[in-house]
Amino acid sequence: MKILCTVKRVTDYEAKIRLKSDGSDIETDGVNMIMNPFDEIGVEEALKIKESKGGEVVVMSIGSDDSIQQIRSAMAMGADRGILVRAEADMDSNTIAKIIGKVVTEESPDLVLMGKQAIDGDSNQAAQMLAENLGWGQATYAYKVKIEGEEATVTREADGGLETIAVKLPAVITTDLRLNEPRYASLPGIMKAKRKPLATKTLDELGVTPTNYVVMKGLEEPPAKAAGQILPDIATLVEKLKSEAKVL
Amino acid sequence: MTKHLIIAEVQDGKLHNSTLTTLGAASKIEGPITALIMGASSNEAATVLKDYAAKTIFVNSSALNDRLAQPYAKVIAEVATQEGATHVWHGATVAGKDIMPRVAARLDAGMASDIQEVIDGSTFKRPMWAGNIIGTVEVTSPIKVITVRPTEFDKAVGGVGGELVEANIDAGDSSMRFVSFDAVKSDRPALGDARVVISGGRGLKGPEGFKEIVEPLADKLSAAIGASRAVCDAGWVPNDWQVGQTGKVVAPELYIAVGLSGAIQHVAGMKGSKCIVAINTDEEAPIFQVADYGIVADAFKAVPELLEKI
Repeated sequence: MKILCTVKRVTDYEAKIRLKSDGSDIETDGVNMIMNPFDEIGVEEALKIKESKGGEVVVMSIGSDDSIQQIRSAMAMGADRGILVRAEADMDSNTIAKIIGKVVTEESPDLVLMGKQAIDGDSNQAAQMLAENLGWGQATYAYKVKIEGEEATVTREADGGLETIAVKLPAVITTDLRLNEPRYASLPGIMKAKRKPLATKTLDELGVTPTNYVVMKGLEEPPAKAAGQILPDIATLVEKLKSEAKVL
Repeated sequence: MTKHLIIAEVQDGKLHNSTLTTLGAASKIEGPITALIMGASSNEAATVLKDYAAKTIFVNSSALNDRLAQPYAKVIAEVATQEGATHVWHGATVAGKDIMPRVAARLDAGMASDIQEVIDGSTFKRPMWAGNIIGTVEVTSPIKVITVRPTEFDKAVGGVGGELVEANIDAGDSSMRFVSFDAVKSDRPALGDARVVISGGRGLKGPEGFKEIVEPLADKLSAAIGASRAVCDAGWVPNDWQVGQTGKVVAPELYIAVGLSGAIQHVAGMKGSKCIVAINTDEEAPIFQVADYGIVADAFKAVPELLEKI
């Protein structure tokens, strides 16, 4: 079984995100960059499937050479090889889905595993767009994945409960938080990762022209909330909720 | 010319509240509204829906009973094309997030996810970086696909009394098949709709803490119960109780956070609440920075007292 995982280089989820003083972009000085945590869950799931079924795990990223760090991290966890598609940072999800689609056509994986969203843009679009472009089925927000023959049975985190669907392979699956706990890379894993094959491609080589269907016009920090009051006791709280906030 | 197509969501035969707030969001851009509703058990919901749109299209097909993204995207895209829709809308629910990017890909359209504000016919504001940054995005493609954060808009008023037409559209071949749904049963209001939400965190010390402390207060206030990611991950409460950027986004009239520290990603899911109360022993807990009213106290003492005095 051949699995393609996507990994995006994003700001650390523990970092305090602020805008640059001119408001043009977020401040990345001194902000740690990591593999998108949902993608890391995808890599872990791919490795688990490989461990039980055999096969190959290929990781890809789209971005500058900086993203090699995230590809190597996935290789250190155990992924077999990597592909970096060199491209500018700002692209809409339609373009991202087209780029991944080209790599899928070249690699013919049985399964594409992606994070349900990247924790920077929070768009939650590329995987579903990819599945539609390929005419494949999808299982988003996976809580549990079982591969049997030509089908994946996936339990999904849906509104009001857990939904289980079956999807024919090849398919796109996106991960939710509770699918697994990603392993830490071992020291030998990190050493080995340095020698694993890494191919680079350009948009021209893949034949993708970026679209500008979604254009970022500006970023702002949400308005700060007025400081709240620390109250001395419950009686005061009840009084305030009734007379001031009028919610009781 | 702008033409809206609103995709309705039906749950247990009833129209989902998010559809009404989505209609509310769409009404900010002038243009006729057509609604689309699907599935063989959506009769009743369709008659409710026609009060909100000039035209309601009902695809009464058992092939669309389960909300599977592949057949849904096909039917939605076909209706959008037939109707000449310029704006295709859905609530940013799990179903909306699952289906609508496929619709956008099929229509070769750009998509704005989870919008919280309509600026004009092509420009929207949406949360990014777990709500720490608000982005303004312009969708430049002729057709625009939009999902709407349900807590950020008022419900449409209704009273339109539009026409209801049935349409027969082939759901096509699908690689996806519904297997089962394991519903979390609860007599409480749904998290997304509740007027009051009581959320608990690690300070409740275990599942018993939720039973003894949170549940009685929730009963008294007819509140929904939420939780931090940490306690969902620990298995104290069901996963779908999680409030946060990666869980549910809520904006009730009153949000009471009990024994909950207020990590960034949790706050992103509740800071739109009208009034926030925090009860925590740690006066440095970040939850106090977003709370309107804070009580520095042990939840096991403070909440029973609150219950008694309300």
